[in-house]
This record gives sequence, structure tokens and C-alpha cells, in this order.
Amino acid sequence: MSDDFLLPDLDDETSAPFWHGTARGELLVQSCGACGAWRMPPRPMCPHCQSISVTWVPTSGHATIWSFIVPHAPLLPAYSELAPYNAIVVALDEDPSIRFVGNLVATETGPINEIDPATIAIGEPVRVVFQTVEDVALPRWVRR
Amino acid sequence: MKDSCAVVGIGQTAYGKGLPDTELSLACQAISAAIDDAGLRPSDVDGIAMFSMEDGREVDVARNVGLGDITYFSEVGFGGGAGCGVVGQAAMAVATGQCTTAVAWRARKRASKTSRPWAQVSDRVAGHQQWSRPFGVLRPVDEIAMLTRRAMHQYGYTRDHLANVALAFRKHANRNPIATMHAKELTREQYMDARWISEPLCLFDNCLETDGALAVVITSADRARDLPQPPAYIHSFAQSIPQQHQVMTNYFCEDPLTGPAWACARLLWERSDFQPADVPVAQLYDAFSPLIPLSLEGYGFCGRGEGGEFTDDGALEWPHGRLPTNTSGGGMSEAYVHGFNLVLEGVRQIRGTSPNQVADAACSLVTSGEGVPTSAVLFRR
Ligand SMILES: [Zn+2]
Repeated sequence: MSDDFLLPDLDDETSAPFWHGTARGELLVQSCGACGAWRMPPRPMCPHCQSISVTWVPTSGHATIWSFIVPHAPLLPAYSELAPYNAIVVALDEDPSIRFVGNLVATETGPINEIDPATIAIGEPVRVVFQTVEDVALPRWVRR
Repeated sequence: MKDSCAVVGIGQTAYGKGLPDTELSLACQAISAAIDDAGLRPSDVDGIAMFSMEDGREVDVARNVGLGDITYFSEVGFGGGAGCGVVGQAAMAVATGQCTTAVAWRARKRASKTSRPWAQVSDRVAGHQQWSRPFGVLRPVDEIAMLTRRAMHQYGYTRDHLANVALAFRKHANRNPIATMHAKELTREQYMDARWISEPLCLFDNCLETDGALAVVITSADRARDLPQPPAYIHSFAQSIPQQHQVMTNYFCEDPLTGPAWACARLLWERSDFQPADVPVAQLYDAFSPLIPLSLEGYGFCGRGEGGEFTDDGALEWPHGRLPTNTSGGGMSEAYVHGFNLVLEGVRQIRGTSPNQVADAACSLVTSGEGVPTSAVLFRR
């Protein structure tokens, strides 16, 4: 069992451009090189036109809360220390079928257990922020 | 395939926590008991369908139990989604003549590595889990809680609806002597006061953790007529991976609340002489309570979004409910063996031997994991 936060494997070829984007402060999604359809999570082939041509495009980083949970311990130790904390799913403003899992934080550097869960509501507008954990910039969300 | 095969034998080990036997040993004990129950000899078995998560492999089981020459073997993935899948695949193999008599089973120990994959991940995650794990969506309960909150918002599911589920299954377990929760009653107050696991889900929204194994024997309808047990004919069977589905964290498709049950149900009812209104009893996969209203919708017992309300007025409770559900106590109050206990209870309802027997049940529905690639089977007398 890990004592640390679970972080993405940056050697994962398919998703590496996403994490390189977050490191630069950009929230990118895959856009099909042939038909332009956006997809998230990233994958090698477009399910609409079967093209393997991929471009990465920046998004507004604006979204609304689609759902949220409040996990309680027991969890992996690094997460247990913060529990109860929130985890959220957001839907992107430009295309609400593009969703991301994240956390709602009060400030750009705030912890994931700071906001009172009773105040979180589905439909709240949020904006992406990037928080660095080890060598990864994780997209998290603040209210807007 | 309709009615051309039947479950003719069922067998299981005791349920427990920390059972000393290995998963392979438990599997062999359950399979051996099921073959006995069918009035057959191990050497009569020439087909195998198993969960890909099984610890004991095909050859190990065959060598231990003393099975005959195996001419068909297959595996179904995705854990709790596989229960009806292995039954149906065994039946397809018998129906097409690839084997004559097959066994299907699940053996599980809560402490085993394959039982708790979330608890022993390394600290770097690749594949689809990298989009959820870093943010603290770690356990199956977290993944399903996210869909539950959305269903509460979109459909009006309430904690009272989820309590209806937990209480109904507990009442059934209280009448089932082998159920883990046989002697423990559960009240609505206890449910409402229970500790959170992952809000909006509390302790009693979760299945149990159980060691144990269960098995079934499947053969042709022709052979079934000469065997001692009343056959539970496999009337209809379906599996599904719906379009754009992602296992457990199914948040990345157009409509996440239309889960695998929907696609599975279409084929199941298309192949069936019975329709949802004809079904008198159901065993619905219940790793978590909200899977019940979602499954009630998916399998067509009510309209989309109406699964919460359906549970009101004791609808799931034996003997007077509209649809007595999980009549042995299910995964939440009998035992959690990846839903395979639901398969055996579905067969018992056809045999007339359930602890909460629905009178003259002409057919009996069993479903497997919602939230993962799934399967369902409709048994008939
Ligand atoms: Zn395309």
C-alpha cells in the first residue's frame, strides 16, 4: 500500500500531453485531427471517425460542478490525513459532455478539505487552477 | 438458446471472515458440492466458465475436482459484472454442443489481492484510473457515490430510498439462516445515524466483505429431465458493455446514469417470453444500495428516474412487495461473493427452496454488476 498520493504515470504516452499541458498552466483536451470532435479522457482513436490523428487544444478552464462526494477514512494514508475532503466532477462550459474529476478548493493553493461540503452545489460555476504535487500539476477548481 | 439449458446443481461453502482455506480450495469445495447436488459425477463435467479474477485457474480446478476432459473453457472479466456472464457462457457452450455439462463459480476471500485492487495500487497510476485516483476517488464506494449524488440531483433519489433498499434486504437476511446478517436487525434510525463512508453513502449502503465460494452446474434440458433437482431453465441471457462506457468511473459519456443495465436489458427482454411486469422476484446486484434503483430503471421495472420512488411502500420486500428483491439478503446482508450468491438464490426461487419463497414463481431474474460491463439471466421453471 502506498503512503503517498496517487499520481499519474507521466510516461503514459497517450495522456502525457495532457499532463505536460497542466504543467504549463493549460487545461488541454484531445481534438480529433480529422473531424475535430473533442474527447476526454485521451485515447488513440476517435470513436466518431476512427482517425488516429490527434491535436491538443486549450480549453477555457471554465466548468460547472456535475457531481461531488465527500470520502471519509479509512483511505490510503495520504488521503486519510485530509479526510473528509471533497472530490468533484465538472462539466466543461464549451462542451458539457467533456468532464474532469477534481477537487474544489478555496484558493489557488488551498487544500482539498477546506471548503464546507454543505456549501457545495451541483451546477456551481468553477474555474481551473493547477496545484503541484511532486512532479505533477493537478487540475483543481475554484468558485467563480 | 431459450430454455435449452438449465442449472441442475448448486453448491457453496459456508460464509465467513478469514476462512483458512485458499480461494482455490473454496472453489473446489463449492464446485464439488454443486456436482453432488446435480446427481452427477465430476467426470461428467466437460465445460468451464469462470471469472477472470479467480485465483484458482481452470487447470487447477479440473485437476482438483477430478473433472473429465474439458472441451470448453472461457473467462469473463470485470469482477461483479461476470456472475450471470459465466452462467450464460456455460449455457451457450452446452447449447452449441461445445460441451455437455459445465460448471461456473466464484470463490473470493476479502483479504486477497484481487478482491481489493484499490488497496494495493502503486503510487503511480496509468490508464483510466489516472483521471480519478489522484483526486481522492479511490474506492469503488467513492466511484458509485459520485453517480449517486448526481442521481439525487437529477432524479430525486433520497437517503430514504436507499434506506428502503438496505432495510428490505436486511429483513430477508433475518429470515435466511445462512446469511451473515441473519441475527442482526436494522432500523431506519440506525441507517440514518450510521457513519459516512463516502457521502452521500453511509455504512449500510455498502455490501458486506465475505469469504466463501458458490458454484452451479449447467447442462442441457434433455439431460436435466433425468436429474434429481427441479431444473432452473436458462430462459434468456444477455451481456453488455454500453457505448462509451468506462468501468466504475463512468463519468465520461453523454449520459452516465444510463448504465450497463440498459443495453443488457434490451437483449434480455427481446429474447424472453416474459417482460418486466411478468417477473415476480429479482436478485439485483447490490454492491451498493443505489445500484438497485438504477437497475430497476435499466431493467424496465419503472421509468427512467423513477427507481428511487419505486422502492417506497415496501416494494422490494417479501412477501407483499411489488417485486421482492434480493430474497436471500443479497450482497448487502447475506454475503458479498461478487454477486454469485444472487445466482444461487435465483435458482432457489425456481426450485421453491428460498428462505423467502415467492409462491409459484414462474420466472426469476438475476443481474450482475451495474457500473461495470455486466450480464443478466432470466431463469424459468
Ligand atoms: Zn474524428
